[in-house]
Amino acid sequence: MEPTTLIAQPPVKDKKGKRRKITVAVTGLNAIDSPGPGVAVIRALRESSEYEVRIIGLSYETLEPGIYMHELVDKTYQIPFPSAGIDNIYERLEYITSVEKIDVLFPNFDAELYNFIKMADKLKQELSIHTFLPTMDQFEARHKSNLVEYGKKNGISVPNSKMIFSTAEIPSLTKEFTYPMVVKGKFYEAAIAYNPDQVASHFNKISAKWGLPIIIQQFVHGAEVNVCAIGDGKGNTIGAVPMRKQYITDKGKAWAGIALDDEKLLEETRKLFAATKWRGGLELEYIKTSDDEYYLLEINPRFPAWVYLTVGCGQNQPEAYVKLALGESVQPMTKYDVGKMFIRYSWDMIVGLDEFEKISTLGEL
Amino acid sequence: MAKLQYERPLIQKLNTGTMNKFGTRTEYRPFTEIDGAKVQDLIKDYGSPLFVISEKTIRDKYNDANRAFKTRYPKVQFAWSYKTNYISAVCNVYHQLGSWAEVVSGFEYNKALKSGVPGNKIIFNGPDKTVEELKLAIENNSLIHIDHLDELYTIIELTNEINKRPKVAIRVNMDTGIYPMWDRFGFNYENGQAWDAINKIVLTDKMDLVGLHCHIGTFMLAPSAYGMGASKLSELALAIRKKYGKTIQYIDMGGGFASKNTLKGSFLSGADTTPPIDDYAEAITTAILNAGFLEEELPTLYLETGRALIDEAGYLLGTVISNKRLSDGRKATIMDFGVNILFTAFWYDHKITPAQEFSHYTENSVMYGPLCMNIDVVRENVTLPPMKKGDHVVVHTVGAYNMTQWMQFISLRPAVVMVDLQGKAHLIRKRETLSNIDASEEMPVYLKEFKL
Amino acid sequence: MKIKKNIAISDSGFIFNPSTGDSFSVNPIGLEIIKQLKEEKSGDEIKKHILKTYAIDEATVEKDFYDFLKMLEQNKLSAENEKVN
Repeated sequence: MEPTTLIAQPPVKDKKGKRRKITVAVTGLNAIDSPGPGVAVIRALRESSEYEVRIIGLSYETLEPGIYMHELVDKTYQIPFPSAGIDNIYERLEYITSVEKIDVLFPNFDAELYNFIKMADKLKQELSIHTFLPTMDQFEARHKSNLVEYGKKNGISVPNSKMIFSTAEIPSLTKEFTYPMVVKGKFYEAAIAYNPDQVASHFNKISAKWGLPIIIQQFVHGAEVNVCAIGDGKGNTIGAVPMRKQYITDKGKAWAGIALDDEKLLEETRKLFAATKWRGGLELEYIKTSDDEYYLLEINPRFPAWVYLTVGCGQNQPEAYVKLALGESVQPMTKYDVGKMFIRYSWDMIVGLDEFEKISTLGEL
Repeated sequence: MAKLQYERPLIQKLNTGTMNKFGTRTEYRPFTEIDGAKVQDLIKDYGSPLFVISEKTIRDKYNDANRAFKTRYPKVQFAWSYKTNYISAVCNVYHQLGSWAEVVSGFEYNKALKSGVPGNKIIFNGPDKTVEELKLAIENNSLIHIDHLDELYTIIELTNEINKRPKVAIRVNMDTGIYPMWDRFGFNYENGQAWDAINKIVLTDKMDLVGLHCHIGTFMLAPSAYGMGASKLSELALAIRKKYGKTIQYIDMGGGFASKNTLKGSFLSGADTTPPIDDYAEAITTAILNAGFLEEELPTLYLETGRALIDEAGYLLGTVISNKRLSDGRKATIMDFGVNILFTAFWYDHKITPAQEFSHYTENSVMYGPLCMNIDVVRENVTLPPMKKGDHVVVHTVGAYNMTQWMQFISLRPAVVMVDLQGKAHLIRKRETLSNIDASEEMPVYLKEFKL
Repeated sequence: MKIKKNIAISDSGFIFNPSTGDSFSVNPIGLEIIKQLKEEKSGDEIKKHILKTYAIDEATVEKDFYDFLKMLEQNKLSAENEKVN
C-alpha cells in the first residue's frame, strides 16, 4: 500500500518548520463497514500543523484494521474490554506507560467512556496522561432515556419521549403522543409504529433483546442532519461542522455526506454547548422539519467516524481536542468549507500472518 | 534436578471474539489470604467449602458509612438488617459498633433479644407479625413499623388489653422514579393510603406515631431515588406536624444500597459502577435538610443498610472437584459449592479468583456446583487459569444474603469463620452434621423397621 | 496420533492451520506436546517425558493428555486417517 494515499495533504509546518512531538493513544481502530472513529481521528492528528504525533493504537480485538496500518499507527497494544473493570484497564495502561510516554488518551467508543471518565484524574496524576472528556454528569444526563429532561433543562427541542415498562401502558400513550411513534430499545434498535398493535409487537421484540424499559418517542417528520463539534467545557463551541448523510449503508451508517451551510443548526449547536458546557467532542443528531424546526434526537458523547470531514472542511477538531487536553488555549473555529463531501470506501490490506501472530500472542504490534 | 510446576496443556482458538487476556489479570490473580489468614490453612482447619467473614472489612465499611452520614447530618442511627446476615457473631460486631437491630420476623426478633439487644432498640418490620409477636414488641417498647391496615387494627385491639402505648411508624411506598416500584409493602404515598393510616393512628389515640419508614427497592444504583424518597417522607412528616401538631421523631430510609457485586447482564463491572456510600448520604441528607424542618425538630435518620455493609466482608472458599469437557468443546469446572449455599449466584456474576499461583495462561470455563441439578451454575463463563482437582478458589463479595438464604439441600451447610483484626480465625458457625438435621425429625413407630 | 504436516508452530505458542485458516494459542506444555507429536513421538513417550519433567502424577497426565488430543482432533489439527493412540 502507498502510505501517502491515506493522507489527503502533507502536514503544514509552523514558521520554524518544526512541530512539537507528542504521543497520543487512540482507541476505535475498527475501520470496518460500521467503523469506529479511531482511524479518522489519527488521520486528523497526522495532519496537525502543530504536533508531530506518535500514535499508540489501543485495540480490543486482533482484527481491527488500524492495528495493521503502520503508516498511521506506530504501535498498538491490546487492552481489556470495558467490562473487565477499571482496575484491569488501569493496570494495562500502567504497563503501556512503562514503555511509552503517553501525553493524551483519545477514547472513541461510547462503551469505554464511563471507565475513562472515572479514571481520568488518576490517569493524569499517576501516569501523566491527559484526557478531555465530558464530566460524569454530562455523560449520564445525555442518555437516551434522559433526553427529554435534558432538553427541558437546557432549552433544546427534543421529541417527547417516555419510558414504558409494560404493554399495559400502551393504550394511554395517546394522551401524550400521536401516531406514528418510535419504539426504541434502551441501548439499541428502534422501529416505527403506526398503531397500538405495532407498538406492542415492537415492544415485545425489542424488550426481548435489550430488556426494559422501552422508550416511546414522538415520531417527527423531516430530514436527519448531524453536527460534529467540540466544546471547551466552559460553554464555548470550539468547532462545529453540520453534515447531511447523502447515502447510508444497510447498517444505517453514513456512506457519503456533505458539509452544510446551516446557520440555524450552528446556532442550535452553540446554544447546546453554552447550556451544557459540554467538554470534548460529540456528534449531534437532529431532525429538521419542513418548517425549519430542529429536534435533537441523540447526543453521541464522542466524535463520529466521519470526523475527518471536519479536517477536510478546514476545522481540525481532533487537533483542537488534543490541545484542550494538554491545557492549551484554543480559539473557536467558525469557518469551514461548505459543500465538501466525504465518500467512504473500503480497502483490502495485505497482512502477513506474523503480524497477526504478534498481536494475538503478545498483545502488541 | 527439581521437577517443573505442572500446568494442564491448553489450546485456544484465536479471535473468537471473547475477552482478550491482555491486562485482565485481576480476576485470576491469586488471592491467597484474607486479612492475614491463609486460605490454605483455613480450608485445612475448617474444611471446604467454607464461608469466611472479615471483621476488619465489616468495621471499615461501617465506619465509612457512619462517617458519610454523620458528617452531613446531626442525628443518625444505623440498625443492622438481620435478614442480610444473622449469624450472632456478625450481628454482635454491628452492635458493638453501635447499630440497633432491624428484624422482619418473630424469629429474628427473638434472636436479637437473645443476643442482648434492648427491646426499645429493635425495629420490627415486615408484613408478617403474629399477635403474640406484636404483644411482645409492645411490651418491650420496640419500634413497630406497620405494613398494612390489618396489622394496624390488630395493634389497636391489643392496646385494649395491654396498658401501654405502642411506638409505631408506618411504612410508606412511593414513586421515586424507579422501576419496578415496590408498592406491595406499606401504604402508598401518592394515592392517599398513607394519610388514611396516619389519620387512623392519630385519631384513635392509642399509640404514638414516632416515625415514617420507606424502603424503595434493592440493589439501587441511583442515589437520586433516595433523595426523592427522603423528600416525600419529609413532606409527610411536616404535614403531620402541621395538621396534628405532632413531631415525627425519625425518618427511616430502609436499605437497598448496592454493593460492589456485578449484576448478571450488566456490561460494566459492579466495582466501577456502584455509587460510593457518600452519594447516597448526600442525596438523603440534603433532601431532609432542605425540607424545612425547624432545627430542634429535625428527625433522626435511621438506616437499615445491610448488603452495602456486609457483602464485601464475606468470602466463600471452595475446591475443584473435577474438570469436564462438554459436548460442544467448552470446559466445565465442578466445584464443591453450588447455588445451594451461594444463592446470590442467581443474581450476580461473582468475582472468583484462584487461591494459588499459576502462569498467565487462562481458559474460559463454565463453573458448576456439585448438585445433581441443571440449575446449579455458579458462573456461566469465567476466565481462570487451568485448575485441577483439589485446587482452591475464593469467591468474593458473598457476605449478604448467602448465610441466611442458603439451603440445606442435598448436602449440609458449611462452617463459617470470622477472621479478627489480628488475623486469627474464629469458628462462628459449625459445619452442619446429620444429627443437626434429623434431630428435628420424628419417625412413626410402624416405619421404624424395614428389611431389604 | 499425528499432527498434520503443514501445521505451522512458532515458539510463542502460536499455531496456524493453513488448510482451515484457523489459528490457536497454546501454553508451554501444550506447545511441547504438539512439537513432540510433530516429531512423531508416541503417546507413551510423550507422557513419560511429561512425568519426568513435571511434578505431577500419572493419572492426571493421562487424563489431561487425552483431553488435549481430543481438542487437537476437534480443532482439526490431527492428521486424518490416523487413529488416536
